[in-house]
Amino acid sequence: MHTLRISATLAWRNLWRNHRRTIIMIAAVSIGVWAMIFMTALMRGMVNEMVRDGIASLPGHVQVHHPDFRDDPGINKLLPQSDSAVTERFDAAGFDVWSGRIKVPAVITSERDSRGVILFGIDPARERGMTFVADDIVEGRFLDGVDDTGVVIGSKLAETLETELGKRIVLMSQDPQNEIADRGFRVVGVFDAKLESYEETMVFAGKETAQKMLRVPNRINEVAVLGGDYRNVGPLLREVKELAGTGVEVLPWTELDAYLGSMLSVMDGFVLVWMIVVFLALSFGLVNTLVMAVFERVREIGLMLALGMRPSSILSQILVESLLLLAIGLLIGNLGAWATVVPLRDGIDISAVAEGMEMFGAASVLYPQLELPDVLLANVVVLVLGFLASLSPAWRASRYEPIEAITKVYQ
Amino acid sequence: MTAVRCIDLCKTYRQGDQDIKALDHVSVEIKEGGFVCLSAPSGGGKTTLLNAIGGLDIPDSGEVWIAGQRIDNMSKGQLAELRLRKIGFVFQAYNLIPVLTARENVEFVMQVQGLPAALRRGKSTDILTEVGLAGLEDRRPAEMSGGQQQRVAVARAIVSRPALVLADEPTANLDSKTSDALMELFVELNRHHKTTFIIATHDQRVMGYARRLIRMLDGRVVDDIEQNAA
Repeated sequence: MHTLRISATLAWRNLWRNHRRTIIMIAAVSIGVWAMIFMTALMRGMVNEMVRDGIASLPGHVQVHHPDFRDDPGINKLLPQSDSAVTERFDAAGFDVWSGRIKVPAVITSERDSRGVILFGIDPARERGMTFVADDIVEGRFLDGVDDTGVVIGSKLAETLETELGKRIVLMSQDPQNEIADRGFRVVGVFDAKLESYEETMVFAGKETAQKMLRVPNRINEVAVLGGDYRNVGPLLREVKELAGTGVEVLPWTELDAYLGSMLSVMDGFVLVWMIVVFLALSFGLVNTLVMAVFERVREIGLMLALGMRPSSILSQILVESLLLLAIGLLIGNLGAWATVVPLRDGIDISAVAEGMEMFGAASVLYPQLELPDVLLANVVVLVLGFLASLSPAWRASRYEPIEAITKVYQ
Repeated sequence: MTAVRCIDLCKTYRQGDQDIKALDHVSVEIKEGGFVCLSAPSGGGKTTLLNAIGGLDIPDSGEVWIAGQRIDNMSKGQLAELRLRKIGFVFQAYNLIPVLTARENVEFVMQVQGLPAALRRGKSTDILTEVGLAGLEDRRPAEMSGGQQQRVAVARAIVSRPALVLADEPTANLDSKTSDALMELFVELNRHHKTTFIIATHDQRVMGYARRLIRMLDGRVVDDIEQNAA
């Protein structure tokens, strides 16, 4: 302990013997740490937004379907239980937000044009807090109830169909007997979504109205349940599986949208790789600084060894010096990242490249997200790898023969 | 009682294609409380002998005993411990750690030994006063003259009361007045504390202070005489 104390004193003072070199190295570490955290916050914000938007379009963290629904998501793949039976069971389970719906591919036609869409027959009261649409109506209103005879469409779709609020459109799909099922609707609401693709493809109608149109009274083909944390859906999945019983498929959002699901794990891996790459660039400077510092102090190291300091204390002295340098760099880098991210929390407008971003599901506003595990990871990466990088010069310093080190001075 | 005993020490260095015999069958015995000068021209082997006695260099053959303990077969760790507890060193130059103050330099060995701070402070204050550096405790080496620096080094060497002080050309970088002052300090410490001093030098003035003079040439002891010190 006493030698650690003198080692720490020597390390700290030696650090400031060459102010310029130390400041440059601290600046390099700070900028590296800032880059690690800030870029990670940007990427994390982007991916989280993508995931949240993706879940909003599903929507729900866990869904229940007919086992063949994913292969053929049509009206033939209804859940075995009736809508009212499902409602009774899921209400009794006490889920905060859940909804049973009918979801089928359909064709929407205006007097000008037609498009392929997904028709959602929903209970608007239950969907509030689950889909984004209820809060994103830009014209008109959201659906009033399960028997509302209007539809809500996206603004991009309205533009494509050259239709507008109050106009009539026709939705056409198939009933379970493969007969045409169609109905005229009046557009009662237009919504905006973060992704144009949602505006183009999602159409919302009252659940009972849709059931009547598709000739499947009191039947649904999807139950969606929203949990607390989309990153941890395991417990919710188990609960829903238990409740849904047999003859159905219960899947988390990570499997319902494998691309979206993989984003999170890919992101975690990418963050680590990014941090290591930044550190590798830093490590050259760090090792060079330490090698120079050791080289300049050969005689002192020899003197300390001659006076009876153990090689392990020399080793710890150099390591402490390195860790102090890293710690100062980390402190400044962390503060810098925090000071940069916090003012940008309201979002960075990247609409200039929004179309390109939308190709892989990202919105036009980036919300940097400073997450504690990412900050900790950056700090741990720098400290652990910095410690490892410092071992070589520190080991060399501790291996000097005292008399050889001192003799170098004399010669 | 014998402080240092060297028995038939040999040490050969390789320099280019040549083998240099730094120690050639050297045997020396020094009593406790002795004040001995090793004298030789450059390359005569005095520094090598001093380093062998201090456990800084291992002889090719022969034995080195310090206070009845054989040291030439000790491990690095044991040698470090021996140097820490029993031997004080004063080198020709670069004696001090530049980032530490005079007091911290003096306390360095005691701190490595694990002495409590209060005890260290008391001892360092006393010894710095004894070597005439009262008031300069907080100065760093760069803020002191060469003579003052050597005094700090001497203070550090003796502060923990080692049985043996080894000094290698301690006056080489000092003017004659400062050299005399330093040697008088050595003599004083030798008398007061009965510390054994072995000083390697080729300075005639320094030799004048020794009670015993060992002359070396080409790695061999050629003369070993008792004398009346100045």
